[in-house]
Amino acid sequence: MSGLSILIPVAIGLGLVALATFLWTLRSGQYDDLEGASQRILDEDSDRPAFDAHQGGPRR
Amino acid sequence: MSCCVPTAETVELSQQGGIETDDEALLTLSRKLGDGTRQLEFAVPDAHCASCIRSIETGLDTLRQVKSARVNLSKRRVRVVFDPELGHPAELARAIRSSGYHTYVLDPSADEDGDTELRELVKALAVAGFAAGNIMLFSVSVWSGANEATRDLFHWISAIIALPAIAYAGQPFFRSAWRAVRVGRTNMDVPITIGVILATALSLYETVNSGRHAYFDASATLLFFLLAGRTLDYLMRERARSAITNLARIAPRGATRVHEDGRREYLPLREIEPGMVLELRAGERVPVDSEVTSESASFDTSIVNGESAPRAVPPGEEVMAGANNLGGVVQMIARKRSEDSLLARMVALMEAAEGAKTKRRRIADRAAAVYAPIVHTIAILTFLGWGVLTGDWHNALLNAVAVLIITCPCALALAVPIVHVVAAGKLFEGGVLMKDGAALERAAEADSVAFDKTGTLTIGRPRLFDFHVEGSEAEAVAVALARASTHPLSQAIVRALHPGDIAVTGLREQPGLGVEAMIDGARWRLGSRTWCGLGEGDGDTTAVWLSCDGVVRATFRFEDEVRADARDAVRQIAALGLPIRLLSGDAAQPVAAVAAKVGITTARARMLPEDKVADVEHGHTMMVGDGINDAPALRAAHVSMAPSTAADIGRSAADFVFTGGQLGAVPLVIGTARRAASIVNQNLVLAIGYNAVAVPLAISGHVTPLVAAIAMSSSSIIVVANALRLRIGRSSWPMRTQTLQEAHA
Repeated sequence: MSGLSILIPVAIGLGLVALATFLWTLRSGQYDDLEGASQRILDEDSDRPAFDAHQGGPRR
Repeated sequence: MSCCVPTAETVELSQQGGIETDDEALLTLSRKLGDGTRQLEFAVPDAHCASCIRSIETGLDTLRQVKSARVNLSKRRVRVVFDPELGHPAELARAIRSSGYHTYVLDPSADEDGDTELRELVKALAVAGFAAGNIMLFSVSVWSGANEATRDLFHWISAIIALPAIAYAGQPFFRSAWRAVRVGRTNMDVPITIGVILATALSLYETVNSGRHAYFDASATLLFFLLAGRTLDYLMRERARSAITNLARIAPRGATRVHEDGRREYLPLREIEPGMVLELRAGERVPVDSEVTSESASFDTSIVNGESAPRAVPPGEEVMAGANNLGGVVQMIARKRSEDSLLARMVALMEAAEGAKTKRRRIADRAAAVYAPIVHTIAILTFLGWGVLTGDWHNALLNAVAVLIITCPCALALAVPIVHVVAAGKLFEGGVLMKDGAALERAAEADSVAFDKTGTLTIGRPRLFDFHVEGSEAEAVAVALARASTHPLSQAIVRALHPGDIAVTGLREQPGLGVEAMIDGARWRLGSRTWCGLGEGDGDTTAVWLSCDGVVRATFRFEDEVRADARDAVRQIAALGLPIRLLSGDAAQPVAAVAAKVGITTARARMLPEDKVADVEHGHTMMVGDGINDAPALRAAHVSMAPSTAADIGRSAADFVFTGGQLGAVPLVIGTARRAASIVNQNLVLAIGYNAVAVPLAISGHVTPLVAAIAMSSSSIIVVANALRLRIGRSSWPMRTQTLQEAHA
């Protein structure tokens, strides 16, 4: 029983972290252009992230 | 990467006009970002690979005024943030065009709402997924026989996760169900809402009273699957919508007004009032029905009557909104407001056609209308039956809730959208954009196909196919004269013949007749029969003469070029068992010629828009057309397609829009729609079969939370797997390559 009292909060906590991370990626627009992201990887000169500081982050 | 090398055609593009060259118009459409910069979005429908992204972005980045340029390949758009102090916005469009891409500016107000709704759905999906996964963790332990104290603890933890998650993730369903119930209707969301809420409430009651069964996992999993179906459905419609708004080069968004003091100002369309003096440059469209005041104006009115021959409009005559200015700068006086103009009247005609068409409900809605009452009746009967027969009302309620959970239309909710998503993806690869799933259902039912001629079966651009020239001098003169004119027939001559080295003087164009010039003292004329002094013409607009001092030196004949794959497409459609007919507003002779060329036996000529509507209303006709004059017929037909080169109004009226000028898209759509329809039916049968097995189990009280979880997931997985079969089969790659070649040729 004492094992459970540690493991359960840990399990749920990890799940919550994953959920929060996903919601963050969604808010920051990382799913806005999936096709573009998959093509940009082929372009060796473009080292900019998938969303840049000007446009990234929550939409105005 | 050869697909991305700019070619002759794309270079030609870079010189095209439109409001993209108008600084003021662009500034009006841009969005202020605060720090002095502005943002514009351009559509780039041809961008499709990494080097496209690169050439567009680097092309823009070299401009001084550009702060950032970002291509969104999924939406085929580029968002540009720029500082208007440092340079003209018109240079942005020019930069994109000189990289070799079609582009046009997007109206920011027409966008926006879509993204937020999708985000809400995905967020709800994520929360439901999190809850379902974690609750399942505890449920599995409970099912595998946890002792009573542990079971109660796990039920409590499940409740703590489930209650907020369901309250949040269930909202799309709760809201929709409430909207339906409030007006006394029922939809698929009503049984979902009742099932989820009852199951959750009952589980909470069981948890408080340390009962054996709790259905928290069922509620959460149910919401997860249902949200997945809904998100997919939304994604598909959203993709088509954004692609079509991209294409929707909405006629003019405004025009340049000339004030009495000569000041010029760009006004948005809705602010144009009758009586204002407007100025139109070459390539711009007439914003509202207006009276021309300039001499020798000439317009392409194909948007109105579907025919490409330019029309000379003398001062004092009216031109309809949407006509394209072929000549130089033209001044006109606005005669109507935009909502009373021709474009608006066509929209009204289309709405009438829509209203007359019997409202066909989507297959999922029809299923829901039958499904919901049956489910509720069975659940109530189960409750009453168990209660009356055993007297154990608690157990009766448990069994009734089990029925509601089991029948919750998980598989049904996924059965239809998943097929439509897969079909839309397949069509997209073939260069076809689909408006929504209902269109696909209707396309499967098409029992005949009607084609428009100009712009649909043909390219809508004249081609020189026969000429007779006396001497090389005459040929060179013809090209020199033709060069001076913007008339499509002249341009066809320039495209077809080699230019010579000839000095011409006194060039003069008489709109509607021809061009004349003096060469070595001789008067050369290129144009109609009458113009060349050969007596009264027979009204033949498909021929041009060249004369020297009244003596014929050359004749040129033109035809409207038939699309390369028209004959193949017609044969493929016939092979699918559909009769084909040709409906055209053109004269009988050219219609018969085109019909013979592509192999269509039934052709009707000189049809007004109303005639076309009357023709396609019967049966389940698929209408393929492009012009404004086709728009009402596109709307009235059972299902409709338009090429992406169609008039905006035609495109928005059509259910499918095909890019790349490939008529092969028509048989592709019909074939895919038929396969999709048969898979939808299979899925519905699977879903019903699942219910036929599971519902008796639930009524008889054998469905524990474990059985419910297994039944729900497996039925959902089966329908998804079945839908994916649509992707297997004939590869769509050859089609795609062709489309790209066409787009860049």
